[in-house]
Amino acid sequence: MSVTARQADQPGSASAAAMPQPAARIAIRNLDFFYGSNQALKHITLDLPERQVTGMIGPSGCGKSTLLRVLNRMYDLYPGQRAAGEVLMDGENILDADVDINRLRSRIGMVFQKPTPFPMSVYDNIAFGVKLHERLSKSDMDERVEWSLARAALWGEVKDRLSGPAMGLSGGQQQRLCIARTIAVRPEVILLDEPTSALDPISTLKVEELIDELKRDFTIAVVTHNMQQAARCADRVAFFYLGEMVEVGDAVQMFTAPKQRRTQEYITGRFG
Amino acid sequence: MSQAVITPAIAPAPSRPRPGTSRLGDRVFAGMAGGAGIFVLVLLGAIIVMLFIGGLPAFRAFGPGFLVSTDWDPVRQVFGAAVPIYGTVVTSLLALILAVPLAFGIAYTLTELAPMWLRRPVGTAVELLAAIPSIIYGMWGFFVIVPIMSQHLQPAVIDTFDGIPVLQDLFAGPPFGTGLLTAALILAVMVIPFIAATMRDVFLTVPAVYKESAYGVGCTTWEVMRSIVLPYTRTSVVGGVMLGLGRALGETMAVTFVIGNSDRIATSLFGPGNTISSLVALEFPESPAGSLKLASLLALGFILFVIAFIVLAISRLLLRPRLHA
Repeated sequence: MSVTARQADQPGSASAAAMPQPAARIAIRNLDFFYGSNQALKHITLDLPERQVTGMIGPSGCGKSTLLRVLNRMYDLYPGQRAAGEVLMDGENILDADVDINRLRSRIGMVFQKPTPFPMSVYDNIAFGVKLHERLSKSDMDERVEWSLARAALWGEVKDRLSGPAMGLSGGQQQRLCIARTIAVRPEVILLDEPTSALDPISTLKVEELIDELKRDFTIAVVTHNMQQAARCADRVAFFYLGEMVEVGDAVQMFTAPKQRRTQEYITGRFG
Repeated sequence: MSQAVITPAIAPAPSRPRPGTSRLGDRVFAGMAGGAGIFVLVLLGAIIVMLFIGGLPAFRAFGPGFLVSTDWDPVRQVFGAAVPIYGTVVTSLLALILAVPLAFGIAYTLTELAPMWLRRPVGTAVELLAAIPSIIYGMWGFFVIVPIMSQHLQPAVIDTFDGIPVLQDLFAGPPFGTGLLTAALILAVMVIPFIAATMRDVFLTVPAVYKESAYGVGCTTWEVMRSIVLPYTRTSVVGGVMLGLGRALGETMAVTFVIGNSDRIATSLFGPGNTISSLVALEFPESPAGSLKLASLLALGFILFVIAFIVLAISRLLLRPRLHA
């Protein structure tokens, strides 16, 4: 059985297809977040529906990137940052102290604003994360690397230079490599933090097509400053302002008939 | 009254150059500063040349054999450099073997593990270790470490390895407390600050986003260090180790206290020996001007200078891209 087929057979796919409104893969309930004494998120309640793209928009400093860093507990690396409230995944609060963080991060992958290839070969960049969680034979690993690169629409461009350094790829290729590296671990959720803000328009287009393609298998949250990007990629859009979530809704409705005046003002460019 | 005198003197100033400024002053300053810079080069060259000329009679008398001869016999006027070179290399390398893991642990703690409030005081303490004068390390080594070695560590190690091939020869002999290993121990403490401080500085140059990406695929702190930070900083880490090696090679006073001062090559690490610098420090007062012995000591100095110079040059070269770019 190919890796792709296995991916599609993962539990949840049948029930998700049967339901008209997909269930929440991640349910954020009353989340507060603090940088020291400074509150960056206030009472956020938001669902990330299964196999949909949730776009997060809002002016700089509104807390949307912070929210992503809560979802995979990246804030744990830094003393003085803490979260309160609940983030439920399969009924388990991932903010609990006894959650296995390394395993959590393999279930919730993250792609950063700037491409961050590791200082090793293209192949090893992909295999690196996989090796942390699974023991695969050489041929299985080869298959996984090819599958990930193919899913990230990069295989054709790098298949002849797998042993070459990842740093030698172009910026757009590096970012797709980072996406491939993230999906190679076969996470359930992918967090993208302004994934195209450092890329040229062609690369941006490729990454956006990729996001559209990936939502067949993964639940995706994407933070973006680009309103057109949110409109193009996202199924649902959440608007953040000053640490609060002002409004969340269907992407089309958010951009055509927002309910809140602040959302209206932001998407028409009145501020931000 | 006095104001009335000063006022007219200020008024016409813009039409003339300000007093005290002239092209001459500028040139004199540039000349002095440039001279100070060139002086360093001249001094360095002069020391090398002086050491070489001073050591020339020994190089002439013994030829290339000077480097490999283990003789050091003032009565027969036969001198060789092999014993102190052996002592220098063995103590320095042993010191590195002991110091590098510890320095790595310190740097790792200071950059990844320790809480923020602890990082500064511990970092400063490590740097202050480098400020302790060498003679104090020597006295501490002689009065504290040597007794511990002779009464506890050496007898225990000799008993443990007795009968095991290789190891029983490596750790043999009467437990005097002094010797190559004790010297290496003191040297290790002395070079730790240099290596640890360099490692910490280069670890901090790794962009946070790389570490976060590695954490993001599920790495533990150690896996991030091994797979991301170390490969990223590999060259500079080696540079830092070389910096420590350069220090260890030339260290004199502390080593002279604890190495045991013998003119023979000891196969046991507990055996006494000499380094180039400890031999020179001991023998210099007993070497009359113009003697072959003095020439041999100067030749040893020349050899040490060349070795240390090469090691430090390599260290600079490896550290340059990370710390000065």
